[in-house]
This record gives sequence, structure tokens and C-alpha cells, in this order.
Amino acid sequence: MALLQISEPGQSTEPHQHKLAAGIDLGTTNSLIATVRSGKAETLADANGKHTVPSVVHYVKQDGSDELEIVVGHKAKEQQAIEPGNVISSIKRLMGRGLADMDKIKEFSANKLVESESGMPGVVLDNGIEKNPVEVSSDILRTLADRAEETLGGELGGVVITVPAYFDEAQRQATKDSAQLAGLKVLRLLNEPTAAAVAYGLDTGSEGIHAIYDLGGGTFDISILRLQKGVFEVLATGGDSALGGDDFDRAIAQYLVEQAKVESDDRRAHQLAMIKARDIKEALTDTDTVDVNFLDWSGQMSRDQIEEIIAPIVDKTLLSCRRTLKDAGVKVDEVDKVVMVGGSTRVPLVREKVEKHFKVPPLTDIDPDKVVAIGAAIQANVLIGNKSDDDMLLLDVIPLSLGVETMGGLAEKIIPRNTPIPIAKAQEFTTFKDGQTAMAIHVVQGERELVEDCRSLARFELRGIPPMVAGAARIKVTYQVDADGLLQVLAEETTSGVKADITVKPSYGLSDDQITNMLQSSFSHAEGDMGARMLREQKVEAARVIEAVTAALSENGKELLSEDEYAAIQSSLEQLNQTSQGESIEAIENAIEVVEKNSNEFASRRMDASIAKALVGHEVDDI
Amino acid sequence: MAITLSEAAAERVKSFLDNRGKGVGVRLGVTTTGCSGLAYVLEFVDDLNDEDIVYEDKGVKVIIDPKSKLYLEGTHLEFVKEGLNEGFEFVNPNVKGECGCGESFTV
Repeated sequence: MALLQISEPGQSTEPHQHKLAAGIDLGTTNSLIATVRSGKAETLADANGKHTVPSVVHYVKQDGSDELEIVVGHKAKEQQAIEPGNVISSIKRLMGRGLADMDKIKEFSANKLVESESGMPGVVLDNGIEKNPVEVSSDILRTLADRAEETLGGELGGVVITVPAYFDEAQRQATKDSAQLAGLKVLRLLNEPTAAAVAYGLDTGSEGIHAIYDLGGGTFDISILRLQKGVFEVLATGGDSALGGDDFDRAIAQYLVEQAKVESDDRRAHQLAMIKARDIKEALTDTDTVDVNFLDWSGQMSRDQIEEIIAPIVDKTLLSCRRTLKDAGVKVDEVDKVVMVGGSTRVPLVREKVEKHFKVPPLTDIDPDKVVAIGAAIQANVLIGNKSDDDMLLLDVIPLSLGVETMGGLAEKIIPRNTPIPIAKAQEFTTFKDGQTAMAIHVVQGERELVEDCRSLARFELRGIPPMVAGAARIKVTYQVDADGLLQVLAEETTSGVKADITVKPSYGLSDDQITNMLQSSFSHAEGDMGARMLREQKVEAARVIEAVTAALSENGKELLSEDEYAAIQSSLEQLNQTSQGESIEAIENAIEVVEKNSNEFASRRMDASIAKALVGHEVDDI
Repeated sequence: MAITLSEAAAERVKSFLDNRGKGVGVRLGVTTTGCSGLAYVLEFVDDLNDEDIVYEDKGVKVIIDPKSKLYLEGTHLEFVKEGLNEGFEFVNPNVKGECGCGESFTV
């Protein structure tokens, strides 16, 4: 029996028409999925009551088998200490990036990174398997979606996935590709700070400027948003990708290590100190003092004490806040609301200092670990159509300007940043030389003036422009960004109607073909199996040919063939024998062909010979 | 005969109403759609209609229109968990047949 949820008045759906939607916070360290049920947005737990899914994937390959077992979440995380080479974590840091961007990313020290065919970095595991970031993210998304589908008792009609506000086109496209690979329909990608603001209902509130302070385990992000006419505009983002709650633990652990006089090379003791530090930090969120036993040292630690230890780290985040406010051109007292996101904002000192800095009490009612997923779920519920039409449909804006390269390597902006999406804008260009018949369109993203300082998204050519004097052709370049922030560019010479267009596949994104291929190969290695079968068949065929021809040679090769002919067949046989030990279907096919070609003449002579032999001693009439 | 709620269902309705911040109760009803003739309706109620009948059980107001009452007389609303899934279930003594999914029924 289907279980029912309570609908809004007059919003009951027809049977079998319930549209299930979910919001996904696809995080660097942890991911969450949330949905709206009976009017309440909540994150979904697994059978053990755990809501967060560590964004960690363990690829288990059994020896001698092609079966790949994919383990996502807590179990994969446990495995990380045991066989780090087969576990991938923090994959979000690689999303939409090229291998060239990689040198600063330390998280992947246990994995080998290579450049894959698509230009994306591939992570090579100890068991020989190569996975690209899109595939790894897709495995995480699938795990989350499975949980939602099990919890909601049906297939998801669509999802909203959150991304950092600073994600560029390539990173957004990669995120969308992952969802597609996981078989999910993306209703929209939503900026993480925007999602947090939605969770607190700021989108339905009055217009104003809001700060979203997001302090996670390993990253800190501050975003300044402005709500205007129902649109959240990202005024500025800032932060530190290497600063987070883990630094609190590290600082406290350092204190413990000093107290217990641990040798600096005692790795186990240092690890133990980190775990202890986290316990102390969490305990002191609710109480003022805590008794600590660490190795030989025991004592009491007070909240004041750890606050003194972590204060410099909190101050660093505030420095980022100040800088970002300045970037946004906003004064501190113009900020209306401050939203706290990320588990580390539970630390009382963080809340105190943030309140003091922004001069408003921060919003902390919603679990800071879940607030982004909850906002995404609310948005997903609206987008899938479970709310009435008069509910405001939240819009997003493009994070970075989109432009085109013009003569001299300059970037001309066609759609400026913070333009609400969806949007289409056109600009006219003309030819530079007399008789010019083609024009290269180079799509770039970024705020800088020179193309070399912007990110290159795509290049394509408009060909077939009728020859005209320079400046006579009218080339209209239209940029269209859909609701997910994805770009399509159309170039048209308006006097002749010649057109060319491109859907921007950001440099490191995947082509539809590649996605299709990946989808196909995910159908339980069907392709590989087929290849293996063809190879097997060719090997069998090769063996058959070798045997037949060798037998024929030894029977009457010496009689029927010249020495050269004999040698040629012999050598092509050897060649085939060698090739058939290899793995190339094509090479074996070719080698078989060579043998057949060389032995064609031999075969017909054998035929004649055998006929002649059969005729010996017979009259024509006997036949 | 009235409409009743299980403890769990009453708790859930109350908590959803609190979370929503408004609403006087929950409406039970039927509509004439669905693959098996009729389908259940379960909605929050902000405003009562003139013809509505209001029951109260375990501190929750249950609202029902006279037409639906014919089909739902004696119904008990349960809140059940099936694995990770959870939601409300109508235990309706009037039902003669259900479609496979249980979302629609005949009397």
C-alpha cells in the first residue's frame, strides 16, 4: 500500500502523479540528500539513522573477476586507512578541472592522477581501475538517490544539486554530467549559499543583503548575496580552500601533544591527539569544562582555554569576510542576515565572533550540516511542481561573465556576471579582412580583459560567409544560458543566413558521445564482453587457418610451390601465429587475410593437382 | 461512526502542522479519479468550508466533507514505517477493492 503524505490545501495530486524531488548537497567531505514530505523539508537517513554520507568511494575489484563493487560512504571511509590506493575522496576538488590545475591538490597523494582521453584527470587506483571525477561523483549521487527512492517509495522525478558559488561553467557542467550518468534529471544546479538562504526562507523575505558563512571541515567560504526582485545575486565570494574545522582540531591536538610531551615523530600519538581534540571541541560546545586523559597527561580543559587556542583561526575567517565585503562593495552594517553553514559553525566562539563582526545574531536554528541540502530540497519541490504557481520561483545568476575573443586577444563580455538566468543576449561583429569567409568564435569566461587571463570554454568556426569587403558582413553572436547556467552560443551572418552554433562543452566537460559511452560501459561491461568474445573468435579462426595451411604445405607444398612461394606462405603463417598471441582483433584479422592471400594460388594448384590425381587412370567418360 | 487516528498519526500531524506554522487540522477526503475508481486526499486545512464536518481525535482536528464522509465512515488513519519509507495509511472499512498500489480504491 502506498503511504500518503499530507499535501497543501487543494494541491493533492492524482494517484500515481506524485512527483518526487530531492535536494542534494554534493560536498567535498560529506554529502546529503533531503526532500519535502508533508510540507517539511528534511534530510534522509540510512537504515542506521545516519544522515551524512562521506563523499568517499571504494572500488573493490575481486581478483580474476571483472566485477567491480562500488562502496560509497562510511564503509568506504573506514577502508581509506587500510587501502588508500583503492579509495577516492574529495573528488569534488577535481570536478571540471584539467590535469594542469592539479599540482596544488594534496588530497590525492594516495592516488595516481593521469590525463584521460576526455582531457579530464583520471584517478588510477592500485587495482588498475581508472575513474574520472564525473564517474566518481556519479557513484556518490547514485547512492544518495537510491536512499531517497527507497525512502520515498518511488523513482525521483528530478533533483536539485548544489554547487559552490564560485564554480565555473566547466565545474557545473561536470556536476550535471555526473547526475546524468547516475540517471538523474537535474532540475537545476543551485549555488550552495543560495540554498542555505532558501532554507531559512530568506527568498520569500524582504529584499536585502545577506552573508552566508560556511565553515566546513576543510574549507571556508563566505558569500555575500543580494536578494532583489526574487533573485539572489552573488555580489562576491571569498574564503580559504585550506581552512576549516580540522584546523581547530589540529591546534587543540598540538596543545595536547605539548602537554603530554609526545615525541614529534610518534605518528600514532599524533593521530590519537586529533581524535581526542575533536571530542574535546565537541564536548566544550555544550559544557564549560571537560576532563581530559591523554596518554600520560591528564587535566582539565575549559572552553576559555580552547577558545584561546582556536581564536587565531576564527580571526582568519573574519579577515576573509572583511575582504569579501569589500569586494562586494558592501559595508558591514548593510548586511541584514547572516546564515551559518557547516558543522564547524557549532563552535560557540565562531558564533560569537561572527555576531560581533557582522553586528547581527547569525541564523543557527537549522542544523548547519544540513541547511544546504534542505534549501535544495525546498527548491526541488517547487521546481518539480508540487507547490502552487504563485510560489516564487527562485532565480539564480551567472557567476562569471561570458564573453567572446575579439581582435587583439581581448575578451568582450556578452553576458555580464550576476545576470539572472535563463537569459539570451546577442551582439554583432563584423569581418576584419576583405573577402574573409570564415570567423573563429572563441567563447571565454571571466572578469579579466585579456583572453589569456580568462577561462577558455569553447572554440568554433562560422564558415561560408560570402566574400565582402571588410566590415560589411554582419555576424550576430547570441549567447543563451539556460536555467542551469549552461551556455549555448549561436553565430549567424545575417545578410546571408549562414549559421553555426555550439553548446558549450566546457574544456573539461564531456561530450554527449562520451557520456553515452560511459553509460553504455556502465551496463555491466557489455562492450568489453563483446570485444573479448570477438577476440576469442578471431584467435580460434587463426588457429584453424594455421593448422589447415600447415597441413597442406606438408602434404604437397614442396611439389606445387616454388621456393619463394613456399617461404612467403611459411613466413605469413609465422606472422599470424605471433599476432594471434596478442590482443588486437584487427591485427589478427589482417594477418589471416595475408595468409589467405599468399596461399590462394597454392590452394588452386592443390585443387588442380587433386583433380588431376583423381583423373589419373580414368577415362573422361568415367567421371 | 467517526474518523480516528492512531497515536503515531496524531503525533505526526501535530508536528507537521507546527512546522508549517499555520493550519487548523488535516483534511481526509476522496476524489473520483484513479485507476480503481476513487482516490484518497490528505491535505492541510487553513480555512473550513461551510459544509465541512469536523471531528477531533487525540488533539487533532480531522476535517471531512459530507460526500467524502460516505466513503470514509469509520476510517482509521495510521502512520506507518516500511523500511526507510514512512507515511500515512487509510484503514477504511468501506473498501471493497484496491488497485495494486493502494492509491485508489472502490467501495
